[in-house]
Amino acid sequence: MIVERKELSLAERFYLPAVANGFKVTWRHFKRTVFEGKNAAKETSDGYYPEVPWKVEPGYRGAPYLVRDQEGNTKCVSCQLCEFVCPPKAIRITPPGPDGAPADRDNAEKMPKEFEINMLRCIFCGLCQEVCPEEAIFLQKDYSLTGLSRSEMVYNKEKLLSLGGTHAGTQKWRHKLEEAQAQEAFPVENRPAAH
Amino acid sequence: MDWSFLLFSALKIFVVFSVVMTMVAYAVLVERKVSAFIQDRVGPNRTTPFFAKFIPVLGPLLTRWGMFQPIADALKAILKEDYTPGHVRKVYFWIAPAIAMVPALLTLAVIPFGSTLGAQKMVIADLDVGILYTFGIVSLGVYGIVLAGYAANSKYPFLGGMRSSAQMISYEISMGLSVIPIFLLVGSLNLSDVIAHQSGNLFHWHIFQQPIAFFIFLIAAFAETNRLPFDLPEAETELVGGYHTEYSSMKFALFFLGEYAAMISVSAMMVTLFLGGWTLPFLGLDQPATSLGMGILHILIFLGKLCFFLVLIIWVRWMLPRFRYDQLMDLGWRRFIPVALANIVVTAAVLLFAKS
Repeated sequence: MIVERKELSLAERFYLPAVANGFKVTWRHFKRTVFEGKNAAKETSDGYYPEVPWKVEPGYRGAPYLVRDQEGNTKCVSCQLCEFVCPPKAIRITPPGPDGAPADRDNAEKMPKEFEINMLRCIFCGLCQEVCPEEAIFLQKDYSLTGLSRSEMVYNKEKLLSLGGTHAGTQKWRHKLEEAQAQEAFPVENRPAAH
Repeated sequence: MDWSFLLFSALKIFVVFSVVMTMVAYAVLVERKVSAFIQDRVGPNRTTPFFAKFIPVLGPLLTRWGMFQPIADALKAILKEDYTPGHVRKVYFWIAPAIAMVPALLTLAVIPFGSTLGAQKMVIADLDVGILYTFGIVSLGVYGIVLAGYAANSKYPFLGGMRSSAQMISYEISMGLSVIPIFLLVGSLNLSDVIAHQSGNLFHWHIFQQPIAFFIFLIAAFAETNRLPFDLPEAETELVGGYHTEYSSMKFALFFLGEYAAMISVSAMMVTLFLGGWTLPFLGLDQPATSLGMGILHILIFLGKLCFFLVLIIWVRWMLPRFRYDQLMDLGWRRFIPVALANIVVTAAVLLFAKS
């Protein structure tokens, strides 16, 4: 189909229909909000944010927190991959060193002595979650992080672990253990499919 | 010079200044509220000073209407850090906000905002060259913006300053030309005479006698105050913040207040030139007041007309998108200037034939 290109009329060259339509649209919205008491927030949820908390959809990238495994142990093994990958350098990990405390789970060598995320630097990109080989750090649903000072916004290991909670999703090390136990058993039965 | 003249002038200046400043603060609130309503939002409705809860019914209502918001805004502007970036040209950087603010307030000096109150004429300076003074002062406004753009010593403010100088100079021509027919009709440049000429009948208002002049003046006024659809000097989407990108705190607030004060002064000009100033064409409201109540009523009429224009200017901001720069220039030079010139010639011819 060939669209006919009309010449602009005199009124159109002086923008008159545009002004009329503009007024029509703005007046319709103005009337709806002022006289009919409707607004976008009322239509989509029950009201405005502080009173009506925002519903966080799955897949949202909120604050990164450390998680514990199903037995309540620290999953992080202090490999520092997240620290290296972090684009704004918000993560700082202090490894335990040779004399540090051992990991609190027996299938890991070590756990971080201190794990700090500066939430003022964090850009919630999710690279730390992506890079973590132990699935120890996840971007969770917290979106409203507030504090009264800069130092308060640096979350330490204890705070991150308590905020992160337990993550019993993929249990990599339990599957490894079961696999290993199955290999010890004789005769070999119900050998799980190789990962 | 007698003392009572000085005293009353000082009093009038003080009252006009404080009323205008209050109007500026609340024009900002109206702007935010109107924009919110047009965009299906509710606008500022949270600011609650400590005393609001002691006012029984009105307190929460005022809070919901955002009536305390301007106080909070002003407080914020004053208390914020006034940062001067290292790369700016300091002298101009400091002078520019004042130059942007002052002309807008100075133009109000010649506007008759009421007839008489007691023995006093309700105009700060009843100049015989009123409109020339106004145009002279209004054109100073561009210096504030150009200086701000130059002083900031970075590219976006500079572009904003350049744009504003081109835009304001172009539109000043059509603005000046558009009012000439009015003065052909009135035969005087004094704004009080302009108002006297519009009394008697609704159709004596110049908006009905000179509709073309009114529309050209109205649109030029948008350009002169840097309001959308002609806000190219600050065009957030293109120039970050335009000429006030590098400004913060009170200096930014001065630009911001200057914009709204300019809005008020062009609205006052339009009311005076085209809408009959403080007059209404019935109930004898078109003659200078004889009693105190009438005088106050005249001032209220003037303020009412002023508010109409303020709401119009604010509404248009949320109605029309920004013009492209060449379209703006095209509209100014190739449409309005010829039309305004033709308007002058036609008016002069009609007056000539009417006389003979």
